[in-house]
Amino acid sequence: MSTSSNRTSRLRLIVLQALVFSLFATLGVRLWYLQVDHGSSYQAQAASQSAREVVQQPTRGLIVDDMGRPLVSNRNEWVVSIDKTTLGNLSADDQRTLLARVAKATGETVKAIKKAMATWNGSAYQPVPIAEDVKQQVALQILEQPEDYPGVVAEQQTVRSYPSPYGVNAADVLGYLSPITSDEYDQAKKDHDESLNATSEVGRAGVEKEYDKWLRGMPGYTSVGVDSLGRELGKNKEVPAQPGDTLVTSIDAKVQGTAEQALHDAITTARATYDPVTHKNYVADSGAVVVMQAKTGRVVAMASQPTYDPSEWVGGITQKQLDALYSTKSDNPLLSRATQGQYAPGSTWKPVMTTGAITGGLPTDQHFTCGPGLQIGNRYFKNYESESYGSISFAEALGVSCDTFFYQVGLHFWNKYGSDPANADAKDPLAAAAHSFGFGKPTGIDIPGEASGRVGDRKWRASYYKAMKGYYCTMDEKGTAKTPFLKLFAHEFCLQGNYFRQGDAANFTIGQGDTMVTPIQLARAYSALSNGGTLYQPTIGKAIVSPDGKVLKKIQPKVVRHVAVSKKAIDYVNTALLGTLSPHGSWNGTLAWKFGGFPLDQIHLRGKTGSAEVEGKQSTSWVATYDKNYVVIMVVTQAGTGSGTSGPAVRKIWESLYGVQGDQNTTQTVDPSKAAIPGVTAPKALPTFAKDGSILPPAGESSREGKAKK
Amino acid sequence: MNRLLPRPVGRVDWVLLVAVLGLLVLSTLLVWSATDHRTALTGGDSTAFVRKHVVNIVIGLVLMVMVWATDHRWVRIVAPLVYVASLGGLVLVLAMGSTINGSKSWIDVGGMSIQPSEFAKLAVVIGMALVLAERTEGRWRSRVGAGDVVAMLLVAAVPACLIILQPDLGTMLVLSATVFGVLAAAGTPRRWLALLLAAGVAVAVAVVAGGFLKEYQIHRFMAFTDPSLDPKGAGYNVQQARIAIGNGGLFGQGLFHGRVTQGGFVPEQHTDFIFTVAGEELGLAGSALLIGLLGVVLWRTLRIAARTEDLFGRVAAAGIACWFGFQAFQNIGMCLGIMPVTGVPLPFISYGGSSMFAGLLAIGLLQNIHARTVAPAAVRRANGAGLLAVR
Repeated sequence: MSTSSNRTSRLRLIVLQALVFSLFATLGVRLWYLQVDHGSSYQAQAASQSAREVVQQPTRGLIVDDMGRPLVSNRNEWVVSIDKTTLGNLSADDQRTLLARVAKATGETVKAIKKAMATWNGSAYQPVPIAEDVKQQVALQILEQPEDYPGVVAEQQTVRSYPSPYGVNAADVLGYLSPITSDEYDQAKKDHDESLNATSEVGRAGVEKEYDKWLRGMPGYTSVGVDSLGRELGKNKEVPAQPGDTLVTSIDAKVQGTAEQALHDAITTARATYDPVTHKNYVADSGAVVVMQAKTGRVVAMASQPTYDPSEWVGGITQKQLDALYSTKSDNPLLSRATQGQYAPGSTWKPVMTTGAITGGLPTDQHFTCGPGLQIGNRYFKNYESESYGSISFAEALGVSCDTFFYQVGLHFWNKYGSDPANADAKDPLAAAAHSFGFGKPTGIDIPGEASGRVGDRKWRASYYKAMKGYYCTMDEKGTAKTPFLKLFAHEFCLQGNYFRQGDAANFTIGQGDTMVTPIQLARAYSALSNGGTLYQPTIGKAIVSPDGKVLKKIQPKVVRHVAVSKKAIDYVNTALLGTLSPHGSWNGTLAWKFGGFPLDQIHLRGKTGSAEVEGKQSTSWVATYDKNYVVIMVVTQAGTGSGTSGPAVRKIWESLYGVQGDQNTTQTVDPSKAAIPGVTAPKALPTFAKDGSILPPAGESSREGKAKK
Repeated sequence: MNRLLPRPVGRVDWVLLVAVLGLLVLSTLLVWSATDHRTALTGGDSTAFVRKHVVNIVIGLVLMVMVWATDHRWVRIVAPLVYVASLGGLVLVLAMGSTINGSKSWIDVGGMSIQPSEFAKLAVVIGMALVLAERTEGRWRSRVGAGDVVAMLLVAAVPACLIILQPDLGTMLVLSATVFGVLAAAGTPRRWLALLLAAGVAVAVAVVAGGFLKEYQIHRFMAFTDPSLDPKGAGYNVQQARIAIGNGGLFGQGLFHGRVTQGGFVPEQHTDFIFTVAGEELGLAGSALLIGLLGVVLWRTLRIAARTEDLFGRVAAAGIACWFGFQAFQNIGMCLGIMPVTGVPLPFISYGGSSMFAGLLAIGLLQNIHARTVAPAAVRRANGAGLLAVR
């Protein structure tokens, strides 16, 4: 070969060498770019795709009664979840197969599973729960065959359970849980509240909501290493969840059970009873009962009808169930009649009026004629409640519940101080007493959504007039009233809507007119009567205890005020109301016929019945009873007279409270050891929280049985 | 010493040998790390693949030694047979090969998979070198003429067409670069090289514009620029490869500790994407070492080409350098995201018998060429000529 071609060859080889070198240099530069310049971002991507952070929802705190019996507890359930990222990495065919397989195993539809994954608002790296409360065998099947279920996780979570000791429901006291809304979560993020995450459940009503911050605990986090199929390779980091604190309530499950049953029976009985006035059975569409400790304002039992089952929300409520809860047919079971139901108090208002009247100057032996009615202005005001009795005193008027007597009381003060109907500031001792007893304002009880009620006095009349004047005057001017009645009303309202006339005073005094009260307000007011005039803020919560038994907070009774009526007045009423329960020769107390045989000599019950008239409906029946320890109030709407409907039910509750033995037709005896709460009075101490997590009755409880307490 | 076995005669290019052995050791570790946890592949036996790989290496080394020890004249005689055999293999694979990822590139024989196109690359290089040598040796003109070029192209064209029919785009690219390199090293006039280059580009444009490639094939090809073009296929590979390599940082996550590798996120990680294991677990340091070793192999190959007087040897060695160089660049570039995703293995590193055998055969040939580049006096001192030593 010639050397020149050799040289050319050699030259070309050098060129080739240079080319190879430059290619490899390019590789090196690119390597540097990826690993050094952008290394940290790729490291982050590698880390995030090969780890899955799973939030561990904490176990929610328990809610227990005064004896430590769990009213709301937790149980374990198996939840099946799917990791979205892993699913997305499968081919379309594999995805279909997997979803079908999971659907078959869990009993969900593929459509439902897809929807659950699409509407997930938790972290994108967290598996989405698609089936809750699955059978253990399904969960184990998934756990044992990870190749058949790539990206599918089965694990245990705690959910709310309702042990229902003594069959209690107590939904209006306890409330329910539902998932956090995105607005609430945004707010939590703003507040840097770490106890909430995108998939937390929060309390929605009752004490679950009021004490949610304590009950919810703190979530934990587990970071798990995963491979490309989403299979777990090992735990990277684990922060354990902290369980929530336990709420001790003053509710007693036994009393609650009795109260709920009693209310149910009262309503059932009413519905089977014929009303001669409206010529049909009583509708008895709703009701409430409150049992309160007179000396502290603590609620021992509280029930409302219609009610709901809080466990419907466990695992997510279906649309069907929700529709049922909100339908007009079901009549708002989510509304707690005890705290949110506002009703005209009817004759249960009279004791309050009596204290106001006596404090306002009427002598205790004031007598008025109890006739069949009173002509006031151009209207005849009937005595709805009682028969005619001639000249009677306050005590008898309360005992038989004579309307005419109280009309005259009302008129007395109207004439004395408020004869100018337009004067909203006129002195009114009766209204003052009502306000002082806490009506017209929420009691401040520790469950949300309480209604404020309304005292239908002059001041209210004036402010209502101010608010509605524009509306009705415009209607009057423009003549836009739809019915002749409304036309007349609008005209009259525009001119004199603020007038508090004699008729208004009469109605006010017998608990009709614009006055509305909630059962809890009434219970509290009667507690004030019982304990000599102290108005308490009602409480359900008694204490907050950490999971290991340490008392974190004690919820003490709070005095709102001392009712501004004289001691003389309160004492008089307390004595007078004894008469409601017994026969007296010439007259019988309105409750007497339902309390025959009851050991009234040992249990000094006081009582007041009420039947409030309602426009276009059957009357609301009330019974308010108390002794020095307890107040028991029951109301049933559209159920006729108080004693007729609620009397027997209330009696049952008292029998349970005191351990009254024996048939109702015989003379009954009292056995405190058989009382619902042994020893009758509720324990001051808290339940004992043992180190192993079990909760026992308060110390010293067993020794209280057998002691006769009144 | 067993005198019945042929012994390598003459000087040994130790640097080349050590570099190749280094690559093989590295390759064993990387294949092991890439497969030990992939139960779908290994069926639960974590060393199943690395054992097979070691067996491949051993067989390959044996083949290397065999070629190395063969007398160069036998090489010249056997070369055409190798060429024909690989053509036969390419025809066979079209007839009865299994279709994987859209192309028929593999024959399954008795539990083993053979990829004829890997051997075809070696065959083309040898074939072209042989044709040139046969034509120019003993000829008056030493310049490479048109006839020579045409002859060489024909030798390359037949296997090339068969490879296109599979279709195996990656091997085509490597083959084209190799052929071009051989022609250049052989001494083809620059004008013709330029012409060939232009023709090649024109054909490529015509193929794409003429709609010979399906849409998905174009997307797969272009996915290295934008992974979203083929998010479940090539785009996913590209993404994961980049994450794996990037995750390695300077010194890597450590063998068997790469998150992306151990999580099985990169597909084909023991074959085409083996470089990502080095990238993630050995970091910049280890990957640079790997590239460096490959560079050393190429340097020595070109050095052998430059030093030998034998035209066949020079052209063959240059062709082998182009083949290794471009294939390595194509494979590593694909892992790094600067070259399209094609199924070419990384020489000496990827798991795969055919690629390993072809590569080690080539090394054997190189050592053979190198051995004869020494002064004849050194050769005569060899004692105990083996059966194949014909002089």
